[in-house]
Amino acid sequence: MIGLSHYLAVGAILFALGVFGIILNRKNVIIILMAIELILLAVNINLVAFSAFLHDMVGQVFAMFVLTVAAGEAAIGLAILVIYFRGRGSIAVDDINQMKG
Amino acid sequence: MQAFAFYLFATIVIVSGALTIGSRNPVHSVLWLIMAFFNAAGLMLILGAEVIAMLLVIVYVGAVAVLFLFVVMMLDVDFAELRAGIAKYWPLGSILALALLAEICFALFLSLQPGGVTGRIDTATPGQVPNIEALGALLYTRYLYIFEAAGLVLLVAMVGAIVLSHRTRRDVRPQKIGEQVRRRPEDAVRIVKGQPVGEGVEL
Repeated sequence: MIGLSHYLAVGAILFALGVFGIILNRKNVIIILMAIELILLAVNINLVAFSAFLHDMVGQVFAMFVLTVAAGEAAIGLAILVIYFRGRGSIAVDDINQMKG
Repeated sequence: MQAFAFYLFATIVIVSGALTIGSRNPVHSVLWLIMAFFNAAGLMLILGAEVIAMLLVIVYVGAVAVLFLFVVMMLDVDFAELRAGIAKYWPLGSILALALLAEICFALFLSLQPGGVTGRIDTATPGQVPNIEALGALLYTRYLYIFEAAGLVLLVAMVGAIVLSHRTRRDVRPQKIGEQVRRRPEDAVRIVKGQPVGEGVEL
């Protein structure tokens, strides 16, 4: 039977994949943003699994807020990416040190 | 049946996640991300969280993934060059990710040890009320202010994204509504009197 630990395992693997993606594609901001979305998805799976296991709806409410923040973060991140690309013609993370004193 | 669906969805989620970060082409990455979101929605459906599942499909697939797709297709980036460092980074990355996974699994098994998780997961909603009703009752009463704050977060994100990416272009000629409204008939129309028919008008 499928228990809580199965869902937590899926969440853990997805989380690790997201972290791996951030380190693997260190130069490509778009893939880094997608990896962050994967991490937030893993968090949501964990929240909903615990919510179902504990019979507590608050987990799902919190998952909804995580979803909201993820949407806002993606919008702002991609907007910053677009204006950065407009100015520099590249999206390599290594070049983003203009604010360094 | 439920176990089969769980393993199907979980396998596809993990494979799609791996292909998201591993694809050569970023457009393929976005499409694998959409696949992962759909199957995660399936996992949530098995758990009985129908609202979250539909929100995943609507918000993630319908909005966020399409936004990613727009940006990936709009930017003319040499992605092959951006992938140059992968051969250098993947040993460190895999070591870190495996260590993180091992830590999480260790914590998981330690915390689940006494008693063990044998009970099956029931539907997420307590009692007989539908999932959306229970969620709404909670969201619009106890968590009303946090709900409003979430709306504010979305508003700020929207305004921020528009302000950041908006630019005034000089090579286009947009409609100037103010000038159009201010224009009087006296400025625009001239009445010519005493002109013979058939000779045309000197402008």
